[in-house]
Amino acid sequence: MLKTQELTLNMGPQHPSTHGVFRCVLKLEGEYIRECVNHTGYLHRGLEKLAEARTYSQFIPYNGRLDYVSGMLNELSYVQTVEKLMGITEEIPERAQYLRIILGELQRLASHAIYVGTFALDMAGFTPFMYAFRDRDRMLDLIEAASGQRLMPNYMRIGGVAADLDEEWFKELEILMNDMPACIDEYDGILTGNEIMRARTIGVAPVSAEMALSYGFTGPNLRASGFDYDLRRDEPYGIYDRFKFDVPVRKDGDTYDRYCIRVAEMRESVKIIKQAMKDIPEGPIMAKVPKVIKPPVGEAFHRIENSKGHLGFHIVSDGSTKPYRTRIYSPCFVNLGFLPTTAKGLHLMDLVVALASIDIVLGEVDR
Amino acid sequence: MEIFNTIANGLRDWLMGSLGFSATATEIITTAVWTLVAILFVMINLIILVWMERKLAAYFQLRRGPNRLGPAGFLQFPVDIVKVLGKEDIIPANADRFIFKIASTCAFITSLTAFAVIPFSEGVALLQNLNIGIFYFIAVGSTATLSLLMGGWSSNNKYSLLGGMRTVAQMISYEIPMVFSLLGVVMIAGSLNLTDIVNAQKNTWFVIPQLIAFIVFFIAATAELNRGPFDLAEGEQELVAGYMTEYSGIRWAIYMIAEYGNLVASSAIISIMFLGGWNAPFGLTFIPPFLWLMLKIYLVIFVFMWIRWTLPRIRIDHLMHFGWKFLIPVSLANILVTGIGVYVYRMITL
Repeated sequence: MLKTQELTLNMGPQHPSTHGVFRCVLKLEGEYIRECVNHTGYLHRGLEKLAEARTYSQFIPYNGRLDYVSGMLNELSYVQTVEKLMGITEEIPERAQYLRIILGELQRLASHAIYVGTFALDMAGFTPFMYAFRDRDRMLDLIEAASGQRLMPNYMRIGGVAADLDEEWFKELEILMNDMPACIDEYDGILTGNEIMRARTIGVAPVSAEMALSYGFTGPNLRASGFDYDLRRDEPYGIYDRFKFDVPVRKDGDTYDRYCIRVAEMRESVKIIKQAMKDIPEGPIMAKVPKVIKPPVGEAFHRIENSKGHLGFHIVSDGSTKPYRTRIYSPCFVNLGFLPTTAKGLHLMDLVVALASIDIVLGEVDR
Repeated sequence: MEIFNTIANGLRDWLMGSLGFSATATEIITTAVWTLVAILFVMINLIILVWMERKLAAYFQLRRGPNRLGPAGFLQFPVDIVKVLGKEDIIPANADRFIFKIASTCAFITSLTAFAVIPFSEGVALLQNLNIGIFYFIAVGSTATLSLLMGGWSSNNKYSLLGGMRTVAQMISYEIPMVFSLLGVVMIAGSLNLTDIVNAQKNTWFVIPQLIAFIVFFIAATAELNRGPFDLAEGEQELVAGYMTEYSGIRWAIYMIAEYGNLVASSAIISIMFLGGWNAPFGLTFIPPFLWLMLKIYLVIFVFMWIRWTLPRIRIDHLMHFGWKFLIPVSLANILVTGIGVYVYRMITL
């Protein structure tokens, strides 16, 4: 009789496919997982505490360090919370609102492109990864042209946006948006219909709608499980109520559905940007806000539909120039909670795919 | 390519006649020279292959690939080798030092010994008259499993161990359909000698009557070579680098050399067994037979690379199902059909 033994495998923080510095301790039986324990905190920089030591405007650039592949949306969430706290939500100029939508959706496209790429890469599909990055690069070029930065844009301002965009920029955007549907078809061609990819993802790590709700899933992961809820449509912030777009929903909640949702959302984002490009009015890009921002005593919570889920900020003001407390509600951290339950019984190769499918960014998990 | 034989005979005459060596010593020296030629051949191919793989991968992925050193980055690999030679040779603390040290060399030796039987043209092979040539190739090829397991086991690393275990499971499973698919060719040719098999394809390449065997062999060879989509032993995304996680410097490079050596050997076997070896198609005999074989080998290698850089990796249980439940029955059925075909053919002709 051979002696068998459980193998404890320490996966991460230095591991090629933990998307940063995530660490999980696995108990393996052969290559099947019996137990999985999450360990986070390797990228903790104390952003919430940092916010208390900065003025409201000074904290805007730090948002890019949260979820470093969707900086624009993080900033949007933060500045809208401060505006809500100051009670100037209605005073934001039209043009600024449109610019926020366009750049936010552009950032969502870039973030989902990273998702598609890394999802393929975690199944060793290096070529789809490069395809996705080819398109993401063009989006980042546009973001760079608008804000001066590719990843940490620092573009949103309390009361508007930092810079107006000219005709040249919109021309480039239009070319990109006209190219995008064909590019997304390419992802479908090389990845979505691939037999190996389908065999590896369909039915792997399924999350039911009940489980998704009880684990606090938000965003695309929740919709993949069959729960139709999108803040952009159901609790519109900014001017999202003016645009027509579909909210893709799937029902099985497995890794394949979570992937398909992202691809479908990319198509919807292209639609939104095209509508916004058509309707954007001329005008100022900043509301009249005081030089020194001192929100009245009180607190505000605001959340937006980030590319990963609901990104919420809870800011408590004591009337001074700095927030008394800033709390960041991170979708990545919440979504990551499903891993120990779902990982049980999965193959080691599936764990990597399951982890990639919920789209975590460690900058936001650890904050 | 009579020139090789002329050189060999000239060498023999020179050693025996002018220098007065005995017959045995002459044979040993000639074999040693041939072995050096084989090593040189592998190395030259390696430089081309690494460059080709990098360039092809780059073009598949909309990149440019290496383009700094030499024409179109051709000198990148020699420079890489110089770099690798300068790296520290790290042996993990609790590794099984002896096995760790010899494992990569073992892999290289197995890949080199496979070249002994491969005829590059009529009568140009190290062991050209070996009448069990294909049997020898398979036997030597199957020992490659051992060297990978040695590397995985001795590293004292859990990822390496998992990689080594995967290698064993995968290679043993895929050796069976590989051998079975070759049996069809052997039955038609009526010989295990590779030169005879090529000569039997003067009129029709065996890829036509043995199309199923060709496909089965191609898939099984991809798995044997640990190339994508069957590169589970290296499984970068989950196993870091599989059995060679702990290897660094020149020992790692030797593993890579062995891998590319196996690639050339397997492609050569595919060309010889199925694609007519050095026989020229459409009567294009102005290209020498040796070049024809190289062209076919590189065509097969191109397909290997094409597949590797297009498909994602297959999961190990799917791999096992595919091997045992699909490839083996198909290759067995192929043997049956071929057997009946050969029997009926002989009934008619004799």
